[in-house]
Amino acid sequence: MNGVLVVGASAAGLATAQALRARGYRGPVRLVGEEPHPPYDRPPLSKQVLSGAWGTERTVLRAPADLAALGIELLPGRRAVALDTGAREITLADGERLRYDDLVLATGLTPRRLPAFDGPAGVHTLRTLEDARRLRADLRTARRLAVIGAGVLGCEIAATARTLGLEVTLIDPAPLPMADRLGPPVARLLAGLHRDHGITLLTGTKAEAPVTDGGGRITGVLTSQGPVAADALVLAVGSVPATGWLHGSGLTLDDGVLCDARCRAAAHVWAVGDVARWWHEGQGRALRLENRSHATESALAVAGNILGADRPHRPVPYFWTDQHGVRIQVFGDPAAGDRLRVTEGDPATRTFAAVAETAGRPVGVVGWNSPHGVRGARALLTPP
Amino acid sequence: MVLKVEIEEPRCVAAGHCVTAAPEVFDQRETDGVVVLLDAAPPPGAYAHVREAALLCPAAAILLRERDGSA
Ligand SMILES: Cc1cc2nc3c(=O)[nH]c(=O)nc-3n(C[C@H](O)[C@H](O)[C@H](O)COP(=O)(O)OP(=O)(O)OC[C@H]3O[C@@H](n4cnc5c(N)ncnc54)[C@H](O)[C@@H]3O)c2cc1C
Repeated sequence: MNGVLVVGASAAGLATAQALRARGYRGPVRLVGEEPHPPYDRPPLSKQVLSGAWGTERTVLRAPADLAALGIELLPGRRAVALDTGAREITLADGERLRYDDLVLATGLTPRRLPAFDGPAGVHTLRTLEDARRLRADLRTARRLAVIGAGVLGCEIAATARTLGLEVTLIDPAPLPMADRLGPPVARLLAGLHRDHGITLLTGTKAEAPVTDGGGRITGVLTSQGPVAADALVLAVGSVPATGWLHGSGLTLDDGVLCDARCRAAAHVWAVGDVARWWHEGQGRALRLENRSHATESALAVAGNILGADRPHRPVPYFWTDQHGVRIQVFGDPAAGDRLRVTEGDPATRTFAAVAETAGRPVGVVGWNSPHGVRGARALLTPP
Repeated sequence: MVLKVEIEEPRCVAAGHCVTAAPEVFDQRETDGVVVLLDAAPPPGAYAHVREAALLCPAAAILLRERDGSA
């Protein structure tokens, strides 16, 4: 018996392994991960770790001893380089081959880079613990930070850097931050929040090239609105699914590993977390979600389906973000709404919940410092 | 087998998954949505829900201790 082999030892891979055990699976479970660490959590990296409130040890999700106690074998520091679905086997970078009865792909994402910004010292991306350590070290000496990309990650990094006392410029070609996730009305409030906290928000602005000193260190960035001074710079311009090693495997790769409604990519091959693009029956389209809750939700679904549950995966998408002391909670897809109805509190007092509707039908819920106001959101957005 | 539930409150991100999965064991504070543990030693009938809640928590803030328990 080869058991279940999970590739990617982070939130989704770990949760799959744990869920298999919780549901009574007794075969071998192996967790192969490229990173040298035990599984750790990423959301704190841009928040508590970057601010210094947490040491990195607090991000650990399960210590090796706990995994061993559950009968989960962790193989850290090992990278998968090839998959043979016929032989039901993967190859690792060191040449070792591992066979499986079921394979779970949980390789997540890698940050997108902008070629123009490759090279200078002081240019960062943020995905891993090492990235967080390097960025934090730089922010402790830097005075001015430029963040390129006003998505969730860029907004959070900008906000955290502000709490460290840096001058922060947040640059994005879109007219509003996070508008594709929040919808324009709430994105406008978010723009106001950043400005109120002293962030220079340059929307409608393209970052074009880095400016460096003689030593090859970043001193600024040229933008479509002129130069911006910066002694550290973060690229937060999105991420791409880590599927390079699956080319030639026969799996369909299309901005993620393409799966059916049960998160199955091929016979005995499944995908979970950020890397999975699966058919959401409730929404009638293929979806890929980049958020922490979906890592665990998809893991539970796949663990169940490996054990024969044969159930479609139809979650209500959810993510949260913390910026300038405000917690924003988002269910469904508020940006798809054409009307926003405030259901609790008042945007003027900066505590509210609102439902986004299309043709009178709820499509998303946003809470702004209002966990109470979003409590019914999942039920509201679950089609009968 | 006896199941004990512990909460690491500072990790909680108020997503509310635990309340959805096991409303008989978890609630959320009105003000900030942080988890409230209603029953640290729930009855065996609630174990399946509690396990689901612990797995679903996106901040790994719910710890379960299982002991072989005649004691
Ligand atoms: C800084 C930051 C802050 C975030 N904040 C929030 C938040 O506030 N709210 C929220 O909902 N979500 C947040 N997220 C998103 C959330 O962390 C992700 O959705 C989640 O980590 C996805 O888990 P995953 O296991 O699918 O992928 P990942 O966490 O990306 O893990 C994939 C793992 O696979 C490994 N791997 C890749 N390729 C291979 C290979 N070939 N062989 C072996 N191993 C491989 C990688 O090294 C990695 O360890 C944040 C993400 C980041 C980076």
